[in-house]
Formats: sequence, C-alpha cells, structure tokens
Amino acid sequence: MRVVLPDGRVLDSMSNMRKDNTGYDLKQLFIGSEGTLGVITDVSLLLPQAPTSVNVAMFGCKSFEDVVQTYRLARQSMGEIVSACEFMDRTCMKAVNENLSLASPFSDEHPFYFIVETSGSNQEHDMEKLEGYVARVFEEGVADDGVLATSKEQAGRLMALRENIAPALKQLGYNYKYDVSLPIKQMYSLVEKVGEKTVGEESCISVGYGHLGDNNLHLNLVTPTYSTQVLGLIEPFIYEEVAKLRGSISAEHGLGLKKANYLKYSKDSGVIDMMTVIKGVFDPNAIMNPYKLLPWK
Amino acid sequence: MASLRVLVGCKRVIDYAVKIRVRPDALGVVTDGVKHSMNPFDENAIEEAVRMKQKKVVKEIIAVSCGPTQSQETIRTALAMGADRGIHIEVPKGTEENLQPLAVAKIFAKLVEKEKPDVVILGKQAIDDDSNQTTQLLAGILEWPQGTMASVVEHSDGKLKITREVDGGLEDISVNLPAVISADLRLNEPRYATLPNIMKAKKKKIEKMSPEDLGVDVTPRLKVLKVVDPPVRAAGDKVPDVATLMDKLKERGHI
Repeated sequence: MRVVLPDGRVLDSMSNMRKDNTGYDLKQLFIGSEGTLGVITDVSLLLPQAPTSVNVAMFGCKSFEDVVQTYRLARQSMGEIVSACEFMDRTCMKAVNENLSLASPFSDEHPFYFIVETSGSNQEHDMEKLEGYVARVFEEGVADDGVLATSKEQAGRLMALRENIAPALKQLGYNYKYDVSLPIKQMYSLVEKVGEKTVGEESCISVGYGHLGDNNLHLNLVTPTYSTQVLGLIEPFIYEEVAKLRGSISAEHGLGLKKANYLKYSKDSGVIDMMTVIKGVFDPNAIMNPYKLLPWK
Repeated sequence: MASLRVLVGCKRVIDYAVKIRVRPDALGVVTDGVKHSMNPFDENAIEEAVRMKQKKVVKEIIAVSCGPTQSQETIRTALAMGADRGIHIEVPKGTEENLQPLAVAKIFAKLVEKEKPDVVILGKQAIDDDSNQTTQLLAGILEWPQGTMASVVEHSDGKLKITREVDGGLEDISVNLPAVISADLRLNEPRYATLPNIMKAKKKKIEKMSPEDLGVDVTPRLKVLKVVDPPVRAAGDKVPDVATLMDKLKERGHI
C-alpha cells in the first residue's frame, strides 16, 4: 500500500510478498480508517484463482432456528467449498417480488430464506457434496423447500433476490439502516425486539437480512416518511442491545459521521483513547475528514 | 383426458453466461473445466411439456439427451423439472462435437419408432452450433408436420395451435398430431429444479444406449476447418466539429 499522509509525505510500503513479518504492519491501520489518517493511492492485491464450479441453492425455512441449523449443516457437510451464506426474511422477499418484479423461485411464501453458494474446482465433487448436504437438510426437516440453480443465469437470479433488498426497501419510504455483528443465535431476535418497540408507530416495518456466515445482520426499518419519533425509539436502543451482546455496531460499513459518537458501544474507552492518540500522530491539525469515525461529542 | 406422450430433447452445452475461448488448435472452443448446463431453449421445451402434463394434456414425458457421460446430469435436471424418465444416447467423450443435426435427427427418428410419442419438442437451436436444423430435419425424416420457433402452443382435439415467431412478427398455424415442435425463448419461463424434486429424480429411470444400438451412423458430414475470434473492434476517431465529421465520412466513402 502507498499512502499520502496529511502533511504531504508519502508513506511507501508497496510490496508483492505473500509473507512479510518485518516490524509493525502499518497498512492495517489505513484499512477501514475512512480517510481520517491519509489518502491511499496505491494497493497491490493478491487475487485467488477464479473457481470453475459455482453453485447456488436457496431454502425456505419456517423459523430462524431452522435457518441457523441449515447453515450449520452447510458448514459441516461442505465446509471447504462454502463461499457465501445469506439469509432474508419474508418481508424482504415480498419487497423484491412486489417492488422490483423479481420473482421468488418458490410457489409458497416462507418466513425465512437461506442462500448458500459453493465455489470449487471440480463440478462433480461439488455436486456430490451438495446432494449429500441437501439430503441431510430434508432428513432433519430444517427446511420446507429448496431450489438449486442449474445454470449461471439462474444462479444470478437467486442472488439478485438478496442483492436487491436495499433498493426494494427504498421504494417503501424512509429507511433506517443498521449493519451489526451479533452472535448467530441472537441475530434475528434484535429484529423482533425492534419490531415490538415500534409496533403501531407510523406503520413502521422492521426487516432483517444479511451475511449469516459472517454473523452480520442488516437491520432495516421503514416508515413512509422520516420520523424523529421512530428514530428516538430505536437509537440508541439498537446500539445498547448490540453492546449487551458484545457485538459490533458497525460490522462492515464503518462509522462515518452518523455513528462516530456511538463508538463507545463497541469499543472500550482505553481503546478509543489510543485511537485518538494515533489520529494525533498522523493528523495533528485534524484536516482529514473531521467529525468522522472518532467521537466528537 | 391425459393421453399424449411427449419426447423432449435436451442438450448439454457450455453455460450461456461463460466467456468462451478458442482452442489453441483453432478447431473449436475450450470445454475442459468449463461450466456446462442445459441448452436454454431446451429448458423451454421441457418446461412446456411439464406444463402440458400439469394441465393433464400429457401423460408421459421422456427426456432425451445425446452426448458424453455427463449428459446424464442434463437429463437429471429435466427429470427434476418434471420429466418421467430419460434416455441417454451415449457417445465417447470428446466426440460430442461431431454429433451434427442430421445424425441427431436420425437418432430421434429411431427413438420415435421405438417410443411412439404424439409430440416431439426440441429447443429451437443449440447455443453452441446455432444450427436450428434438427427439428426441421426430424420432421422431414418422419414426414410429420412441424411448428418451429413456437412461442405459444395450445392443444385441442388431436391438433396443436402454434404461434411462431417469424421475421415479420407472429404466425399462427394449426398442425395435426403427431407433430414436431421447436421451443423459442418466449414460450414460457422455465421453473427452477426444486431440491425435493432433484432428490426424487434420482430414483427415475434413465435408459442408456449408443447410436449403433439404434442402427444410426453418426459420422459427421460437415468438417470444421477453422474457428477464430471475431475481429477486435478498432478504436473510433474523435472529431472536433461537424464539418470535420462530414469530411471524414466523405473521405471514407460512407457518404
């Protein structure tokens, strides 16, 4: 990585080595720093071999517990070839069906949907593993229905159902978006708690979807128009609930402006102090993205 | 009411979404390690047969594929979509490229003799050779009526009303049974193979035979001389104003 520092100096640690354990790994500081420590101008990336055999399957489940079990079976039966595990709830599926005309592959509605993608180098081996996995899923009764994409085009369409949830929800009104890490068993209970808290308020809808395999929940609420009333009910409530479960208030999207002051819900004060020291070392005049990432209130 | 028996063809081809590469010997494209799936038009063919079965017009669907051992996967997909049994006409691995429409039509003609279906539905064309010939050749060999490029198929009283997609628009024809149809993309939206059906499909029967068993000579009559990439598109020229554009067009003889 090559970075231009706030004082104009160029920090050059570009390299093509896979392994290099010499001194402090400064590039890790800049990854996720949201432009508060310097401007990254060059990176060298190690690319994996593109898989030749990619398969996508989607299941309909009656409960979140069943989703978690279906996911666990995937890890157990096909661990080494699993490349993505996503889930979405009934409301999300309805939103993409109705607002974006993307059809569900199932004839019935299910309370939850689980998508698994496998990537490998041998189609026959991967199919064998998938078939063994699917047999177990139905034997244990953790899914009520399932489909397997038989072409790349079908695989793309199944993934599109998950990838288009955000645009579909946007069409319903104002979105309050949260991206949190939680222990897998509790991932959906937060959606339910928030739903209970906002029931009846401005026809608020709460949905959950996300990267199940990474324990990363995308919790969204929608009201027809922006409501300070609803916002007051959910913030800082959501962050407090996440902190209670020792999760992260921002699993992947960062803190930016809107979450900078909530950093304390996921990081210890001693850690925050040290982050502030580091910021002072790189950017003493605070010219880089002020009010972002680090708390200012 | 359900009385018709349908024979449907499905071919294993390189997946439509894969970026193909010409082989170093310039006689074909690279197929090793490349994702294959059922020819998209054949998915429409199978789907139509399954819908006719759901409407109780059809009572049995036989899915046929001609190709190497892996063609069995294509037949299994057809079975998972709702076909009742399969027939795999196996050819040695590596020779499937030489299976040309005339040979395939002859194979299907022999199968028609054996199975005596009322309708044969094939995909309009395979996306690897883009021939669009097998249906027509088969109809000729059998002397059966044909409804090609079908986007609507309706059955009543031993006849099929077919809407064909033609250059000028749409053409409606009526054919007596037995008949051969080729499925076009707008015929229907093929269903996904549901996992419970994929599991059930494993128990359905696939009969295996060789072209020799049917007495068909599949020696290719056409020889591929060369396969090349299409020419790389040359970069365009940017011109500063309309006057220069007109000069350039005249210069190059376009106007």
